[in-house]
Amino acid sequence: MLLIRCPYCEEERPELEFRNAGEAHIARPTNIAAESEDDFEKFFFIRSNPKGVIYERWRHIHGCARFFNAVRDTVTDKFVMTYKAGEPKPAKLPGASK
Amino acid sequence: MKKYSVFAIAREAMRGHKGWEEQWTSPEPKKEYDVIIVGAGGHGLATAYYLASEHGITNVAVLEKGWLGGGNTGRNTTIIRSNYLYDESAGIYDHALKLWDGLSQELNYNVMYSPRGVMMLAHNVHDVQVFKRHIHANRLNGIDNEWLTPEQAKEFCPPLNIAKEARYPVMGAALQRRGGTARHDAVAWGYARGASARGVHIIQNCEVTGVKRAANGAVTGVETTRGFIGAKKVGVVAAGHSSVIMDMAGVRMPLESYPLQALVSEPVKPVVPCVIMSNTVHAYISQSDKGELVIGAGTDQYISYSQTGGLHILQHTLDAICEMFPIFTRMKMLRSWGGIVDVTPDRSPILAKTPVKGLYVNCGWGTGGFKATPGSGNVFAHTIAKDDPHPINAPFTLERFRTGRLIDEAAAAAVAH
Repeated sequence: MLLIRCPYCEEERPELEFRNAGEAHIARPTNIAAESEDDFEKFFFIRSNPKGVIYERWRHIHGCARFFNAVRDTVTDKFVMTYKAGEPKPAKLPGASK
Repeated sequence: MKKYSVFAIAREAMRGHKGWEEQWTSPEPKKEYDVIIVGAGGHGLATAYYLASEHGITNVAVLEKGWLGGGNTGRNTTIIRSNYLYDESAGIYDHALKLWDGLSQELNYNVMYSPRGVMMLAHNVHDVQVFKRHIHANRLNGIDNEWLTPEQAKEFCPPLNIAKEARYPVMGAALQRRGGTARHDAVAWGYARGASARGVHIIQNCEVTGVKRAANGAVTGVETTRGFIGAKKVGVVAAGHSSVIMDMAGVRMPLESYPLQALVSEPVKPVVPCVIMSNTVHAYISQSDKGELVIGAGTDQYISYSQTGGLHILQHTLDAICEMFPIFTRMKMLRSWGGIVDVTPDRSPILAKTPVKGLYVNCGWGTGGFKATPGSGNVFAHTIAKDDPHPINAPFTLERFRTGRLIDEAAAAAVAH
């Protein structure tokens, strides 16, 4: 089980309190009916599935119930950092070699 | 390839078993092949086998980053069934089931296919309605599936607890008698032996690190840890790593990879005569010929390539197993492990040509690919050989996520996802 730091509660809590909510930083189109099929597919179905660093959403559902974003390595499952929803994608990761 | 037979066993017994040959060769990779298959799991090896045996294409290499059958082929719970809801799924899974039936004879290799029956338990009114709908849909597609009362379920599987006060009461079950299990390793080994005997090169410890494309976009070969290997046709059959390989070719996939866990108990005398699945409480169980209870758990909630998975996922499954089978509460578990499964948005596989000329993909089998191994390899070989899908896999395109023609087994919930 993972230990996850909720950036709102500011503490590490067990994974059971959280719900993974998929890839982060996917903006919902403002006028979804006008999207082309290609763009809708990219928005709705195509996902990054990296072997390495992933940017993903989590929800502290059995805690503060708020959404936040996390950076995690999908090989080691180690969290690099978590940050609040709405904050920009971090340009540089703490401790990252590349 | 020397044929296995009772006479071969007798002959080898007389001379100290010195005459058995290697089941497949391990040649050095050539500079160029007609077809490269990425991934020597069951599906990849079956593809190579049928390319050679049905289409006469023998200049084929199967590249494997680890050892043959060491991924999900060696990690799954070996359940075989074809009782899926939609016509397209019924077509491909039953194609596989029909091939399972003669596979040991065809490969001259005992894959231990055992049609002992797969029984899916209904625990609530919704389950009952869904399973009955499946049974009717299956029968319209010519696939056997029948409804059992709780008493009939208990008769078919005596250790089952059908008490009314059980935490997960059994309200009935759907039984596919042709379903069952097979020996997973033997499937990989049998296909490898058959393919190798027909001239296919199986190259282990050879990881694909890049996909090369010509100026016109067509595939020209793959970069590997053992150098560049050329081919005009490349089939990606890399399970949880399929999207990683496809990224190398510049194709983004509708796939997410999750750890899926399984575990086995200490071996005991025969006690579970069939496969029992419970989608609602998410547990499935059967007994191997060695006597171990083979138990499948669920996936973790997050993308991972760690091949482990969380302990609480196993605990959840074992809780359910102990409720349904109180006699197993004191069984000791011996081993648990994880495999990385690639899941599509509609929970149906992708077996198709891709936007890249010469690049084919067979992926997205999610949590239930083993059962499809022979059928998947069979129609994927056709797709590569003819550069055109077989009618059975024609609906399983990559484009369906753009056009919306999904095969939505996720919503149909035929399987424990």
